[in-house]
Amino acid sequence: MSTKRNPGVEAREVHGFFVANWWLILRRLSQLGILMLFAVGPLLGVWIVKGTLASSMTFGVLPLTDPLMLLQSLVARHMPEMLGLVGAAIVLGFYLMIGGRVYCSWVCPINPVTDLAAWARRRLDIGKGWALKSQSRYWVLGGVLAASALTGTIVFELINPITMVYRSVLFGLSWGLSLVIIIFLFDLFVARDGWCGHICPVGAFYGLLNSSALVRVSARGRSRCDECMDCYAVCPEMHVIAPALKAQGEATPIILNRDCTACGRCIDVCPERVFSFTHRFDQRLDEPSPPSGADHVQLKEVA
Amino acid sequence: MANSEKKGGSGFDPKRRRALKDMATYCVGATAITAFLAGLGGLSRSLPAATLRPPGALPEREFQSACVRCGLCVRDCPYNTLKLAEVGDGPAIGTPYFIARSVPCEMCDNIPCVKACPTGALDHSLVKIDKARMGQAVLTGRETCLNMQGLRCDVCYRVCPLIDKAITLQMTHNARTSKHAIFEPVVHADACTGCGKCEKACVLDETAIRVLPIALAHGEQDKHYRRGWEEKNKAGKELVPGVIDLPDRMPAPPSLSKVPQ
Ligand code: SF4
Ligand code: SF4
Ligand code: SF4
Ligand code: SF4
Repeated sequence: MSTKRNPGVEAREVHGFFVANWWLILRRLSQLGILMLFAVGPLLGVWIVKGTLASSMTFGVLPLTDPLMLLQSLVARHMPEMLGLVGAAIVLGFYLMIGGRVYCSWVCPINPVTDLAAWARRRLDIGKGWALKSQSRYWVLGGVLAASALTGTIVFELINPITMVYRSVLFGLSWGLSLVIIIFLFDLFVARDGWCGHICPVGAFYGLLNSSALVRVSARGRSRCDECMDCYAVCPEMHVIAPALKAQGEATPIILNRDCTACGRCIDVCPERVFSFTHRFDQRLDEPSPPSGADHVQLKEVA
Repeated sequence: MANSEKKGGSGFDPKRRRALKDMATYCVGATAITAFLAGLGGLSRSLPAATLRPPGALPEREFQSACVRCGLCVRDCPYNTLKLAEVGDGPAIGTPYFIARSVPCEMCDNIPCVKACPTGALDHSLVKIDKARMGQAVLTGRETCLNMQGLRCDVCYRVCPLIDKAITLQMTHNARTSKHAIFEPVVHADACTGCGKCEKACVLDETAIRVLPIALAHGEQDKHYRRGWEEKNKAGKELVPGVIDLPDRMPAPPSLSKVPQ
């Protein structure tokens, strides 16, 4: 199966630019907006959130700490202050509820970079590249924790591209940003969705918090699917779609695989509007529409 | 399927073999990643002498297991003393430090940097800034210091927030003029916080007084050393009675015999 070079074109022609990019636009606004909440402090002197994604303080009252950072600290045998523990508990609770990988799609500043690489890869028709296993990231996560324990340092912070970007914007440009370029090139030329889908230990960690995610995508309109494959082509974790989309009868239409980042791109690019955001207990399925022909023929021609 | 089960009996199940191979690949990969990261972690554990940690910072090793590089301490320092390290600055990337000669620590009474730290990398048990030990000042340029040449600069002494405790002027004879005094700036480790105000203020092009890491500056005597005179006082008597007091070594070193007459 060769990936389609330009998923979403059909949806755009049928539903217009905004509908076909709605969740993408919202996500970019969310990613940028969160960075701006931090950045208006150093840039304009309006202090809303201080610190970085590693640990922050909002309006002087709400502490937030990255739980993976704290976990590395714990295995490096340091017992953090209450402030950090409370902050990590809040973040942990939040993502456990709505779904860990919402972090990847809606917060992480690396996501636009790897999305761009994936887009360019499709346009240049580079194909799948190095076929890393999607479980590799959990071994990387294990390696990070082992190295933290061995050296007694918070080891991933030495190369964490996520906080590198934040520090560069908030505290001054860093050479660490070159890592972001390396990740871009890696995703573009070496492995499709290589970093976020296979390597990033932060994504792996938040993936572990994703098993009970409340916010999920449902393929409730799967009876309308005409197998254009656009959703597969655009999904950064394409293996998560089929079980929900191709299931028969009463089987759940919810994408339950914990790798799903809830990015909503499948919703956007599907010309048949098969997918929608919902909660994980929503088992509703759309009634199969009578094969009225005309519309479908027209869509096929456009494609 | 049945076929593979049969083969399984003879230890040649291709499925199992694939799984084993995958497992081996993962293990090798994870080991390589661990080794790579551990190497990086090891490399970044040292702290150059010119860079100082904020007040209350845990000893460097522990600091690196604690600091999440959030920069909250940097944000709450009212004097912009602290910076987050960049590649090449010396300290592990993203960790807070300061260079005394650029911006020293002003020793805030309420220590906002420590209060802001969410992890305890800056130890919250530090509540009196006078107890901070960011380093220790040392008069490294005894031959360039103006006071040591018999002039009255005194600047480092006067700017010290713990004047007359952390730094004093010690009067000695000026052998050059033989009628004046030398007021030597002397730092006292039991009071010096390492804030770096003296280093910042030194009037020379290159400072003659520097804050160094305590381990580098202070030295440490062997734990088993006993000072004879202290033991004698404790015991109330000579511990080894009848020690012969040998005459001092002769000849005296040339530097002593050249004292002007
Ligand atoms: S996988 Fe990692 S880099 Fe990618 S979006 Fe998630 S946290 Fe960010
Ligand atoms: S004590 Fe005050 S001046 Fe010194 S580092 Fe902390 S906040 Fe800055
Ligand atoms: S506030 Fe604490 S954890 Fe954050 S950068 Fe400063 S020392 Fe490190
Ligand atoms: S400020 Fe410098 S030159 Fe002046 S007395 Fe102190 S160390 Fe010497």
